[in-house]
Amino acid sequence: MSPQQAAQVASIAGVTQRYGEILALDNISLDLPAGQMVGLIGPDGVGKSSLLALLAGARRLQQGQIVVLGGDMRDAHHRRLTCPRIAYMPQGLGRNLYPTLSVRENLEFFGRLFGQDGAERDRRIATLTRATGLASFTERPAAKLSGGMKQKLGLCCALIHDPDLLILDEPTTGVDPLSRSQFWALIASIRRARPEMSVIVATAYMDEAQHFDHLVAMDAGRPLASGSPAELLERTGTHDLENAFIGLLPEARRRQHHPISIPQRTACDSIAIAARGLTKRFGHFTAVDSVDFRIERGEIFGFLGSNGCGKSTTMKMLTGLLPASEGEAELFGQRVDPRDLAIRRRVGYMSQAFSLYGELSVRQNLALHARLFHLPQAEHEARIEEMLERFALTVVADSLSGGLPLGIRQRLSLAVAVLHRPEILILDEPTSGVDPVARDAFWRELVRLSREEGVTIFISTHFMNEAQRCDRISLMHAGRVLACDTPEALRKERGTDTLEEAFIAWLEEASDEPPADLQATPRATGSNAPQRDPPAFSLKRLMSYARRESMELRRDPLRGILALFGSVLLMFIIGYGISLDVENLDYAVLDHDQTTTSQAYALNLSGSRYFTERPALTSQAEMEARMRSGDISLAVEIPPGFGRDLKRGAVPEIAFWIDGAMPTRADTIKGYALGLHAHYLQTLARESGAPMATPGVEIVLRYRYNPEVESLPAMVPAVIPLLLMMIPAMLTALGVVREKEMGSITNFYVTPVTRTEFLLGKQLPYVAMGMVNFVTLVALSVWVFKVPISGSLATLGLAALLYLLCATGLGLLISSLLRSQIAAIFGTAVLTLIPAVQFSGMLHPVSAMEGISALVGQAYPTTHFLIITRGVFSKGLGFTELWPYFVPLLVAIPLLSLASVAGLRDQEK
Amino acid sequence: MPSLGNILQLGIKELRSLAGDPAMVLLILYAFSLSIHTSATAVPESPHRATVGVVNEDASALSWRLIDALQMPYFLPPESITREQMDTGMDSGRFTFTLDIPPDFQRDLLGGRGAEIQLNVDATQISQAFTGAGHIQQIMNAEVAEFLARHRAEPVMPVEAVIRTAYNPNLDRAWFGAINSVIDQITMLSIILTGAALIREREHGTIEHLLVMPITPLEIMLAKVWSMAAVVLVASALALRLVVQGWLEVPVRGSLELFLLGAALHLFATTSMGILFGTLARSMPQLGLLIILVLIPLQILSGGMTPRESMPELVQQIMLAAPTTHFIQLAQAVLFRGAGVAVIWPQLLALAAIGAGFFVIALSRLRRSLQ
Repeated sequence: MSPQQAAQVASIAGVTQRYGEILALDNISLDLPAGQMVGLIGPDGVGKSSLLALLAGARRLQQGQIVVLGGDMRDAHHRRLTCPRIAYMPQGLGRNLYPTLSVRENLEFFGRLFGQDGAERDRRIATLTRATGLASFTERPAAKLSGGMKQKLGLCCALIHDPDLLILDEPTTGVDPLSRSQFWALIASIRRARPEMSVIVATAYMDEAQHFDHLVAMDAGRPLASGSPAELLERTGTHDLENAFIGLLPEARRRQHHPISIPQRTACDSIAIAARGLTKRFGHFTAVDSVDFRIERGEIFGFLGSNGCGKSTTMKMLTGLLPASEGEAELFGQRVDPRDLAIRRRVGYMSQAFSLYGELSVRQNLALHARLFHLPQAEHEARIEEMLERFALTVVADSLSGGLPLGIRQRLSLAVAVLHRPEILILDEPTSGVDPVARDAFWRELVRLSREEGVTIFISTHFMNEAQRCDRISLMHAGRVLACDTPEALRKERGTDTLEEAFIAWLEEASDEPPADLQATPRATGSNAPQRDPPAFSLKRLMSYARRESMELRRDPLRGILALFGSVLLMFIIGYGISLDVENLDYAVLDHDQTTTSQAYALNLSGSRYFTERPALTSQAEMEARMRSGDISLAVEIPPGFGRDLKRGAVPEIAFWIDGAMPTRADTIKGYALGLHAHYLQTLARESGAPMATPGVEIVLRYRYNPEVESLPAMVPAVIPLLLMMIPAMLTALGVVREKEMGSITNFYVTPVTRTEFLLGKQLPYVAMGMVNFVTLVALSVWVFKVPISGSLATLGLAALLYLLCATGLGLLISSLLRSQIAAIFGTAVLTLIPAVQFSGMLHPVSAMEGISALVGQAYPTTHFLIITRGVFSKGLGFTELWPYFVPLLVAIPLLSLASVAGLRDQEK
Repeated sequence: MPSLGNILQLGIKELRSLAGDPAMVLLILYAFSLSIHTSATAVPESPHRATVGVVNEDASALSWRLIDALQMPYFLPPESITREQMDTGMDSGRFTFTLDIPPDFQRDLLGGRGAEIQLNVDATQISQAFTGAGHIQQIMNAEVAEFLARHRAEPVMPVEAVIRTAYNPNLDRAWFGAINSVIDQITMLSIILTGAALIREREHGTIEHLLVMPITPLEIMLAKVWSMAAVVLVASALALRLVVQGWLEVPVRGSLELFLLGAALHLFATTSMGILFGTLARSMPQLGLLIILVLIPLQILSGGMTPRESMPELVQQIMLAAPTTHFIQLAQAVLFRGAGVAVIWPQLLALAAIGAGFFVIALSRLRRSLQ
């Protein structure tokens, strides 16, 4: 290795990456120095995130070469070797966290993935949480953390294994200034402790980038310039990076940018937004504590505060999304009423998280909103074009919005919020993650709306230069408003140089949380990260996934309850619901003869318990009509002259008309009818005293295994396999696809966990849960339904275990192949319900089937387990007789697992 | 007053979302084509290819004649076995039926002394056990009677019974199986589509966004109902035309339009159910379980798999609240018996009433869950 190479943590050569029609990276070649803080800056959607994901090994490289930590990232072996040395924090607020798990559990999960033992984990978690100020929130579920706290937790998760390369994709987006400075201080102190660690960061904050060692400015999938911040300033002849950034852009882009000037606002006495003692409590937690403000029409009112201080909650109360616990909010002098649709038309709201339809294109999202807000039809086209233009969305107009970079999605949300020309705009951190040029463009639009159209703007932000532009700002902390005045007055009040300093001073004063303890910075444990090969298969990693999965299951007890009580309920329903003999079939007689003989024949039928007699028929037409309506399913037609013909020995014919619409029932009716007819003939013979035929054959019928022909003993052994297939398969089917949809699948891409470990780890908890289900069902059968087990319980238990491995394996296979949860649910229903109910011998034996259904039936695990349950329950069998049916299950388990492993990608496409 | 424009636009959005999920589209295609074909042809006639083992201790002309009488497709060729194999063969599931023809069987019969055949039936084979046993009994009786008639003059039957099966003369299982399978898919797909679409909106935060727009929960719900019902209705109409009538060659007697009207009402009920489940479940995994717990009873107890008459009174009563029960009755009446509105109006009414019930409950739950 030459010294030149040694000095690089990553080198990128000729990389091109294309998603559909969008060229994300355009033949890019770049060397990134090692042991430094490298920043990627550039407008939204220029390929920064793509590049970071490629460096982390989370995405598959399409073209070119990327060498990270001395190895080719296309090589799966090298990726497995290096991924313990890389930490990757993807874009978005806590996308890779597990929302139902607590802060500690999230951290423990990552620690286990990297093979840390309990003591080491505890020590690292303690130092990391202290350093980030999360120490007092370790038991809070990730879902209940504010955006900034999620980012901090994401960083802790990334840092837990002492990486040599830290890749952060916009880590401070949406983080308040105080936390942001703590965040960078933390990274700086880690770097002091481990100078060999390289950090690659993408950021939209130029003031952050100012402090990096090396910057790469990107545009349109290519690097524009690289060098130290000082070099970039020099090259562009500017004083600050924000301007340097603009200066580096191509001429066309640069021309779109103008400095913002804010005209003086003329005071207005009408109040657009007012809050009086507005309070919101969640249980014992007070999120917003008697907040008051009055905002004039046309005012730009800034809302600043630390993460989780109640800004978003206040905004939601103003829009009517959340009811206030106390106090009141007014818009245009009217109390906020969530049912008032007219008010909604006058308000534009943009929430913190992207909440538009990712599966629709940018243009479709705009068009949908134009229609829903009832913009005049003639205006649609022009207004949508105007929005596309103003928010620089024209290029991506026909791309699916879900796949767009964060900054562009934010711009789309903004466009949607202002599309219908609302009189009030309530914007929750609208510019988080948006690049400086687009941010300024957006602010020009806000100023225009405020000054020219008198739109009232209520905006929260973490950017101090944006706060500076507001007419008034309000500082919030822990649910209370600390100060509210013009930016200049606030700065003067604290006597600081900048608004940011004033803001931080206020927060520090008000904060009762212990400040982040930077001395607690994690020290490197070894000289360097472990260089030895991570084991190809690690039970520890497998168990860390299994443990996490079962924790999530515990957090969602309703799922367990549904699975358990649901199967008990179903067993009752099916056990009692299907009885084996058909009774009370409706029939009617059409007696053309009306003699005592014919009436005697009819009487013979009405005595049967199988049939229920309905009013007699009078004509052929009536017979047809009543059969058509389903009123009767059997009509018995006695011909004219029946009595006479019988006496004369002319062999009259009785016609049995059977409704054949449902063939199984028709068969049963046919059987019963012929039986009754035979009975009549016997009675006739006895009564007439005529010599009956000599004794014929007597068939002695013995129903084996269920001599009384009861429903329960027949159904119970059949229901258990059905339930143990459907429920575990459904539970695992969502396992992988859910992570794909929510984004936490990235953890699997970039940690040393293998596909097998990942899948088995997800499977085990559900197998365990299935066994609990199995034991319950067996107990229920034996003690409640009184269907005893006549064979070997151990055999049944072993078979159930294997069967559950098949069922959960099938679910995982579906899950690893599909991409959406809806498809996984439907796929599971289609691929388990129908084969298990229809092809596996529950009602019709598999030997009776032909064609595809026979093939499916013979291969499907339910078929074999059903034979085993019936054998053990009803036939008193054990392993010696039933072992052949274990073989298909044993074959199916590895096949299903292999197919799932093959179906699961280990990198994003 | 709900805005028709909003309902239309929101519904189109649902359709676009669905179209954006190619795997789901493929699954729907599979469910309404191959899956229906497989299910329809799987349901065998009863008995069909039943397995029989025979212990022929008589080895006479009559006993061989009896064995020969068990013919395909009802019975697979009977296997000759020993007495010992009777038990093991049934235990292992090799035979559903075993027959024991005793020694001197033919001689005893011809001698007028009567004789016994033992017929063992595996009662765990639910559908075949009973009809199959009846079938075998009939065949044995008939064969013996004919055999004896040739050796002695017997009086003819004083009354002949003629069986005439209406609507499906050969009792072809595929006819009913195909329709039933279409109905199963309609129910399954419509519940899953609406329920999961609602949960997805919640999980992705888009429902919150809808609530700040001038849209009412009623509009949101109506949009989901119409759009998903339309997808399923089109799929089932195509399946009936192409798969059921075309591929499976099932003669449909009645009016397809009337059936589709019934299907539309049925879909009104099932999509409302889907939304109700979407408001009950907190997450997709919970919804998946809930759907399984509802689909199984709907599929088994609505009269599509086993006749309603064979269910306990209480179950029959409870299942009257399920739309599938009425829809299956309606489908049978319309498609096979060629019934018209005059006949099926009670079912149409029941479907509309059940649908309205579910709709109102789901809407009030949706309103509450959105607050």
